[in-house]
Amino acid sequence: MAEVSVTKDAAPAADELVALKNVNKHFGALHVLQDIDLTIAAGEVVVVIGPSGSGKSTLCRAINRLETVESGTITIDGKPLPQEGKELARLRADVGMVFQSFNLFAHKTVLENVMLGQVKVRKVEKAAAAQKARALLDRVGVGTQADKYPAQLSGGQQQRVAIARALAMDPKVMLFDEPTSALDPEMINEVLEVMQQLARDGMTMIVVTHEMGFARSAANRVVFMADGRIVEQATPDEFFNNPRSDRAKDFLSKILHH
Amino acid sequence: MNVLLDNLSLFREGFIGTLELTGASALVAMVLGVIIAGFRVSPVPPLRIFGALWVTLLRNTPLTLLFLVAFFVVPKVLFPDLDSFLLAVCACGFYTSAFVAEAVRSGINTVPLGQAEAARSIGMTFTQTMSLVVLPQATRTVVPPLSSIFIALTKNTAIAGAFNNVDLFNVSKTLSNDGYDIAVIFLWITLAYLIVTYAINGLFRLLEHRLEVAR
Repeated sequence: MAEVSVTKDAAPAADELVALKNVNKHFGALHVLQDIDLTIAAGEVVVVIGPSGSGKSTLCRAINRLETVESGTITIDGKPLPQEGKELARLRADVGMVFQSFNLFAHKTVLENVMLGQVKVRKVEKAAAAQKARALLDRVGVGTQADKYPAQLSGGQQQRVAIARALAMDPKVMLFDEPTSALDPEMINEVLEVMQQLARDGMTMIVVTHEMGFARSAANRVVFMADGRIVEQATPDEFFNNPRSDRAKDFLSKILHH
Repeated sequence: MNVLLDNLSLFREGFIGTLELTGASALVAMVLGVIIAGFRVSPVPPLRIFGALWVTLLRNTPLTLLFLVAFFVVPKVLFPDLDSFLLAVCACGFYTSAFVAEAVRSGINTVPLGQAEAARSIGMTFTQTMSLVVLPQATRTVVPPLSSIFIALTKNTAIAGAFNNVDLFNVSKTLSNDGYDIAVIFLWITLAYLIVTYAINGLFRLLEHRLEVAR
């Protein structure tokens, strides 16, 4: 295929944290993931972009097995994804996920949202979990909202709580599935700033987004997907200034010129 | 008028019998119903099949037939020494559990899928996802249909009265055999049933109110 890969300078290939090999998936007749090969090193920030329906979100969701794949292997920290069950649950605890629609637990307060996983999955003491939750909420800038319910918060605040909830599990890698797509324009930045800070702190991140500014400033590598394939991988500079594939040129010309 | 006063202790016994049958069956139905609903949405295919079979079989069988099986087949082939109260509770409880399971399942379906996905993504097992995230949010939707189901259960326990249990229906049979006016007996029996069903009605209305405020 027209795959043009560029080896990234930032991280060595030895400590690959997430590896997808020859992954395929269909939704009925639609071949959403076609022979996907992708490795992500520890500490790397990979931004996945591409037109709607190109399989970006499916790729992201397949990494913690919210979507099953039909063939190929996905390994996280050297361990292949297990079947649905306790072992998969344990592995998911190490993979933070942030959704487009926040998905905060609607019947729990903000603080309880960030505590729940720690207490029930990590078996942390309640007091310690609350302390950590408050620290994380402060870190993402919503510490004052701790006792409110998710519905009482703005979208941007909810998404930052969702990031704190994922961070509370001390994940090895964070998946972001279009984290700003459901937000009003003025709230996008507050979420992106939190993500940028996270990237600076060395978190391994896979980010599906339409925010080209974020891709430029925070990514080590841009993965461009179209029609279920990875068409191009490059550093942000290289990808945005000098895309190699026609598909990427076409995509960029449509989004960057206004 | 003196049907009631002459047989007050018998009426009380029947009333308590109906209450006990309803209460015990409701408990069995509730516990089994939630478990079966969990089976029906579980990721494990054999559990899903078991859940579907349970609901299909019990919901589509006439309760009287279940009673016949419970009282004439079960003691013969499985447990010979169960008393008639226990058998009646099993028959009513199992039967009602199928309806409870479907009500709970409909409640589960009203909780957005993202809630369960978020729970799974922080490492919760299926059981944790259900009990900590999905079911608490499903409760509000499940309460109104549950009240109908338990009112129906109250009236269904009358069948147990025909199977060697002392309840309101059984009392009405005894009294009519004693030669009292059937119309008057039925008036009092109906009133007694109304007290139970109306209490359930009120209880669930209260519960609904509570959950409304809690949101």
